[in-house]
Amino acid sequence: MSIYEITDKPIDPQRYADHVLRPEAGAVVTFTGHVREWTKGIRTLYLSYEAYVPMAEKKMAQIGGEIEEKWEGTRVAIAHRIGELDVGEVAVVIAVSSPHRKAAYEANEYAIERIKQDVPIWKKEIWETGEQWIGDQNKKPEVRNT
Amino acid sequence: MINLLYFAGIRDLTGVPEEKAPLAGRTVGELLEWAEEKYPGIRGGGARVAVNEEYALDGDVLAEGDTAAFIPPVSGG
Repeated sequence: MSIYEITDKPIDPQRYADHVLRPEAGAVVTFTGHVREWTKGIRTLYLSYEAYVPMAEKKMAQIGGEIEEKWEGTRVAIAHRIGELDVGEVAVVIAVSSPHRKAAYEANEYAIERIKQDVPIWKKEIWETGEQWIGDQNKKPEVRNT
Repeated sequence: MINLLYFAGIRDLTGVPEEKAPLAGRTVGELLEWAEEKYPGIRGGGARVAVNEEYALDGDVLAEGDTAAFIPPVSGG
């Protein structure tokens, strides 16, 4: 039983932490990624996320499987939100439980790195001066004086 | 027919989220060439192709009914 999901509803991180908690777990690490207002001097008004939903959920489940193989005794739950998100809202939650804390910290960081590599989710930043899909190959335009 | 899906910046380029194309039996590399001809610049952004929800290699062959998605560089998290 596991949770790897894309959702268009606000994320309640505690739900995912509760999901991975079990008697053998001495540690639960929950990471939440939030919409940041300022990036490299440019003010974000809000973000819009899009996903290739069935593939994204499948890739997140694969990442969870990788973690449970690499760090014995871990359990993982991951959710990513899509749609329009305001500054401060939770875009992603990763909860990892393990018998001891070190594995939970390491596995949690591994999960976000893998999400950023392979899970088909895209972020569009909307600024006062324009908007752009963000990806490795994209560079932000110069800030224009208006 | 092959079902083609376009996302994010690539969808902005194609103007449509999906379409069908007679590319069964062709390779993923040939699909990319076909797409570049129809939508100049589609290969320029470093997009990957996923076939039936798994990342594919240029030499993989498309089968009738497959779904091929153009995946621009991802930016989740």
